[in-house]
Amino acid sequence: MKESYPNTNVENVTTAGATGVSAEQDISVNPDLTTQSDEYRYGFHDPENYVFRSGKGLSREIVEEISRRKQEPQWMLERRLEAYEIFLSKPMPTWGPDLSAIDFNEIFYFIKPSEKQERSWDDVPDDIKNTFERLGIPEAERKFLAGAGAQYESESVYHNLKEEWEEKGVIFADMDTALREHPEIVKRHFGKLIPAGDNKFAALNTAVWSGGSFVFIPAGVTVDIPLQAYFRINAKNMGQFERTLIIGEPGSSVHYVEGCTAPTYSSNSLHAAVVEVIAMEGARVRYTTIQNWSHNVYNLVTKRAVAYENATMEWVDGNLGSKITMKYPSVFLLGRNAHAEILSVAMAGDGQHIDAGAKAIHAAPGTTSSIVSKSISKGVGRAGYRGLIQVEPGSVGAKSGVRCDALILGEQGRSDTYPYMDIREEESNIEHEASVSKVGEEQLFYLMSRGISEDEAALMIVNGFIEPIMKELPMEYAVELNTLIALEMEGSVG
Amino acid sequence: MIQDKRFEEPLVIDSLRVRIEGKEVVRGVSLTVEPGTVHALMGPNGTGKSSLALALMGHPRYDDVEGTARIGDAELLEMSPDERARAGLFLAMQYPSEIPGVPVADFLRTAFHALGNKKVSQIAFRKSLEEEMQALGMDPSFATRYLNEGFSGGEKKRSEIVQARTLKPRFAILDEIDSGLDIDALKAVAHGIGEMRAGGTGILIITHYRRVLDHLPPDHVHIMAGGRIVRSAPGLQLAEELEADGYEAFVGEEVSTS
Repeated sequence: MKESYPNTNVENVTTAGATGVSAEQDISVNPDLTTQSDEYRYGFHDPENYVFRSGKGLSREIVEEISRRKQEPQWMLERRLEAYEIFLSKPMPTWGPDLSAIDFNEIFYFIKPSEKQERSWDDVPDDIKNTFERLGIPEAERKFLAGAGAQYESESVYHNLKEEWEEKGVIFADMDTALREHPEIVKRHFGKLIPAGDNKFAALNTAVWSGGSFVFIPAGVTVDIPLQAYFRINAKNMGQFERTLIIGEPGSSVHYVEGCTAPTYSSNSLHAAVVEVIAMEGARVRYTTIQNWSHNVYNLVTKRAVAYENATMEWVDGNLGSKITMKYPSVFLLGRNAHAEILSVAMAGDGQHIDAGAKAIHAAPGTTSSIVSKSISKGVGRAGYRGLIQVEPGSVGAKSGVRCDALILGEQGRSDTYPYMDIREEESNIEHEASVSKVGEEQLFYLMSRGISEDEAALMIVNGFIEPIMKELPMEYAVELNTLIALEMEGSVG
Repeated sequence: MIQDKRFEEPLVIDSLRVRIEGKEVVRGVSLTVEPGTVHALMGPNGTGKSSLALALMGHPRYDDVEGTARIGDAELLEMSPDERARAGLFLAMQYPSEIPGVPVADFLRTAFHALGNKKVSQIAFRKSLEEEMQALGMDPSFATRYLNEGFSGGEKKRSEIVQARTLKPRFAILDEIDSGLDIDALKAVAHGIGEMRAGGTGILIITHYRRVLDHLPPDHVHIMAGGRIVRSAPGLQLAEELEADGYEAFVGEEVSTS
């Protein structure tokens, strides 16, 4: 084996509450936290208080240990080990942002925060609850009165689903639970859309995945309140490798919402998730995510959906924070008249590179796709669009519209657009529009001449720019995105 | 009679000079606008009228200035545009910017609060805005349209007046507010301006045409040429002369007082 991963020992970490050693270490790691102008308001963290944590780095033994601790079936262990070998054999992708600084030996691949699944809010441990409260989870809970699976580190600790949905056969669980309780459904779909061999990070995820959401909507069932999950990275150098699988059976309808905020740490973290969505005939699935990673996280996510006849698949994707994000939600339109909507907004500040986009693959007649991408670059940040529209032969009447707009704040921001097109059917209609604009002095002056301060005017222009995405978000997420953008915008003009 | 204390002090412009890329486009303008009066500033194109307006409001490309402009104690030329607005100045622009994604009502309510007005609920604000729009002959649905986006020339002008009337500035500079308006719109806009004057706002209206002035009428007319005010007179007299003789008769004249 060419690559080796030292530090492969598995250790038990025992820390005691608020005075825990690791908490002190965390503070010393970044003494300037409070003085950084860029300080991220959600950059709090709880003392690390974990039941089990694997050592840094990755090995076959760690993969086996993860599977053993989860008491997984043999087939899953085999999938993991196979994926581990693929991960080792694949080179780092070099066609996009610079990933050379990722050190796979410096990452924890598994942390289990508490022994068992929690179901009632009252039973959730206090420090974990505090984290959620600061993120507004209880409010989301109150407002939506819906099932909320919240992922804390590698596994869900809190899970709750309305009884009526359970009666209808809706399953909303974390993936580990789903694998235990519904092994046959998981086995049927797991890794079918995104096999381990798809890319290096999909392989890594398949090898060490933990947590994530499993959603199953039976045929004809409409879930009219969004299903929500919260993801969060807390431990230093903690890789989070959640695995999400959503299945909408024929004629079903669901909106799954996921938000992420991460505390600020000084060493690099890796987030490599895999999300697979299946929208069967006539199903409608919307997946909304707002991601806001601290500025040291590598966010490398593979998201793919398949839409069969008359199905609609929608990705609504907000990307803030992170050091580097690479994320291109895609939809394979395999059935007649299937439809894809992909809306994304990205904001990159100093030192950040967000390479986001969308892919739509038309492989049946009458399929349609609509892609709207909005990117904002601030300071020396880079936010770009990378997308693919592919139309297979025989996809008569396929239609696709792509619109990507970039907004640049200041003189040094950068935006790149890479719209790939591969059209192999004459009778199809593909449109692409792109614009790049700067927050102009005329616009700022106009707003300021009415008494609005420069910062507020700039924020107003930015919010207006992303309004088409904002209005697609559930209210509280729109509010959160608004707040996050306001924080990112502080002092960005003048 | 004007009761409001905000409307007691004049706008005093003294020896204002404006340079753009080293070239002097406003060459020493002095002008006093009393509260509750309308002053018209007329003159050919390229004579510095809009430059004067933009410099007074604080446009970043018109910041190479000399002289003073004040409302009471507020030294306008030392302030940022938003501070000038809070000091009571308003500029209805010749070419209002389009701001995609920002509804008129949200923008204007934010501005209303930024000017220190008491908080008004979204619903109440929207209601009075819609009434204001209807008075100016605008469809109230403009309240939820994105700011100036896709507005016709005339709609932009009416929207500027709606903004001015909502924000109730001490002094409003209206730059070619009458261009692109049909007869009915012109009357509505002139009526709207007249009401603002009655409420105590001092108005400096920049125009090429007498039409709008007939509806007001102004207290003073000034003619600007070559970056200076070359003639000033009360009432409509100068506007009438202009109509008879054209601008050429005034260009090159030295400043004269009325």
